Amino acid sequence: MSNIKKAFEKGKAFIPFITCGDPSIEVTEQIVYAMEKSGADMIELGIPFSDPTAEGTTIQAANLRALTAGVTTDKIFDMVEKIRQNTNIPLVFMTYANVIFSYGAEKFISKASQLGIDGFIIPDLPFEEKLEFLPLCKQYNIDLISIIAPTSHERISMIAKEAEGFIYCICSMGVTGANSEITTDISAMIELVKKVQDIPCAVSFNISTPQQVKQMADKSDGIIVDSQIVEICEKYGKDCITYIEDYVKKIKQAIVS
Amino acid sequence: MSKGRFGVHGGQYIPETLMNAIIELEEAYNHYKNDAQFQKELSDLFQNYTGRPSLLYYAQHLTQQLGGAKIYLKREDLNHTGAHKINNVLGQTLLAKKMGKTRVIAETGAGQHGVATATAAALMGMECEVFMGKEDTERQALNVYKMRLLGAKVHSVTSGTATLKDAVSETMREWTNRIDDTHYVLGSVMGPHPFPTIVRDFQSVISKEMKQQILEKEGRLPDVVLACVGGGSNAIGAFYHFIEDTSVKLIGCEAAGRGVNTAETAATIATGRLGIFHGMKSYFCQDNYGQIAPVYSISAGLDYPGIGPEHAWLYDTGRAEYVPITDEQAVEAFEYLSRVEGIIPALESAHAIAHAMKIAPNMDKDKIIIINISGRGDKDCVSVAKYRGENINE
Repeated sequence: MSNIKKAFEKGKAFIPFITCGDPSIEVTEQIVYAMEKSGADMIELGIPFSDPTAEGTTIQAANLRALTAGVTTDKIFDMVEKIRQNTNIPLVFMTYANVIFSYGAEKFISKASQLGIDGFIIPDLPFEEKLEFLPLCKQYNIDLISIIAPTSHERISMIAKEAEGFIYCICSMGVTGANSEITTDISAMIELVKKVQDIPCAVSFNISTPQQVKQMADKSDGIIVDSQIVEICEKYGKDCITYIEDYVKKIKQAIVS
Repeated sequence: MSKGRFGVHGGQYIPETLMNAIIELEEAYNHYKNDAQFQKELSDLFQNYTGRPSLLYYAQHLTQQLGGAKIYLKREDLNHTGAHKINNVLGQTLLAKKMGKTRVIAETGAGQHGVATATAAALMGMECEVFMGKEDTERQALNVYKMRLLGAKVHSVTSGTATLKDAVSETMREWTNRIDDTHYVLGSVMGPHPFPTIVRDFQSVISKEMKQQILEKEGRLPDVVLACVGGGSNAIGAFYHFIEDTSVKLIGCEAAGRGVNTAETAATIATGRLGIFHGMKSYFCQDNYGQIAPVYSISAGLDYPGIGPEHAWLYDTGRAEYVPITDEQAVEAFEYLSRVEGIIPALESAHAIAHAMKIAPNMDKDKIIIINISGRGDKDCVSVAKYRGENINE
């Protein structure tokens, strides 16, 4: 079992997402420490991909900025190695299947495991295709995180039964950053999960207000920001850290209140 | 191994949000493909709306000038809307209608698939939105106008390289946004299962007709079938009914752009490697870290960094061969066919003609080549003129 469970042990978890290398790999490392200090319980590190088909314009632009600035999978591995000398906060990679496949699945997964990565979130790897990486993830003790969406319906039981680490619940239709209005019955989705496995469920959505964060936290085990921190990186570049700290504190406050 | 595999290729690498839509599509397709009424409606549309069967034309002048194998042209350019794309679009739109969908969305490169989708949507009274790379909306402005005329909304895609791959990504994003009433009419034999199979089945009418027509005219099968390959829908359509006839050589012609030794190429088999993108495992042009390459071809319809999974499989097994053709060779073939045969082919199809120009002279006169002329070239006149340093108004 990975380190992920730890993120949910102290109550509702806050899981911010950032794109590695935006604005630079050095700043990304500092953002990780700043977010942990401000109350993040687990951090989702996005490895940029040239064509992120599940992302809205904000994260697409961040991927492009990071790749243009020269970030690579190897540079991100080097950064994680440094981060692990300073913190044990649970870390998960969010990236697309080709980034892992193309690196050499075993090479990528063994390296990630050796550096202390706890899980992978792969938006273009649905339940039907998880055997692409699952055997290697099991071998190297990495949780392959399952995703459920508003359209999953009867698939939820099947997915939840075999899920590991936590379940990533998407609350809105569309790509990241698209909808701040939540029309899905999150409680019903989570109830279906808990019927088959007692596993933490964290919800990902385009946060608009702290009140909304509180409501969603009450219904789930944790909150994943969708693209808000990336927006701060976009707006403030290398000066983003204090703004991110303020934001993380504010959201964490709303979650635990 | 998951569904929809061609060897190791294919599969369903898509976000969870789309899985139920894909499953629903597969179930509907499996039902309707065996439904006599559906097949009757579709063949009625093919005959009375598209103008099928398309002609198999003996290109006498081309044959004589090249001085070798006998060359036939399969005239998909004569279809309504001017390309093979309509075959797949009518099939998918009819299917979507039967599924109760009221809106169709599509990506387009050269604009032929977008025009075909807008046409079918107009015919069947459905709402239509087309996503097209900004660069392509500029080099194919006439097709943009046609789509609007047909009642479709055209979105200019500015993300990434602003070409076909980005149009596909953007259409996928739009589909995750609105699934209930919407069908994504994917234009090539690519993407997640069941698209590569559905599109291939609707396009296979090309080789079905070819086979009958060549048997009528020559009493035997051809020696070579040539087609251009981007995603690969016209090529799989032209190859499909010959796959089991191993005496027939199948050759796909990829867009090499400025050459396979340059970065400005879209030749996937020549320069790509195995990867996972746009819902499928197949060959893709990509860098060492799996970032998809910004490919290039003068032909907007072939300007795609991947190839359909069934082609990847035909390549792996050696059943089909794939050759790169440069912009220069394609433009020469475009001009050559116009001059000697009075047929202006699409720049895409010109890639296949270029290869025929290479191989026909070295073949005996009793050998037969069929070139699939996937579309007509009106849309490309501005690009070719520009390539030759001439500026013409549309």
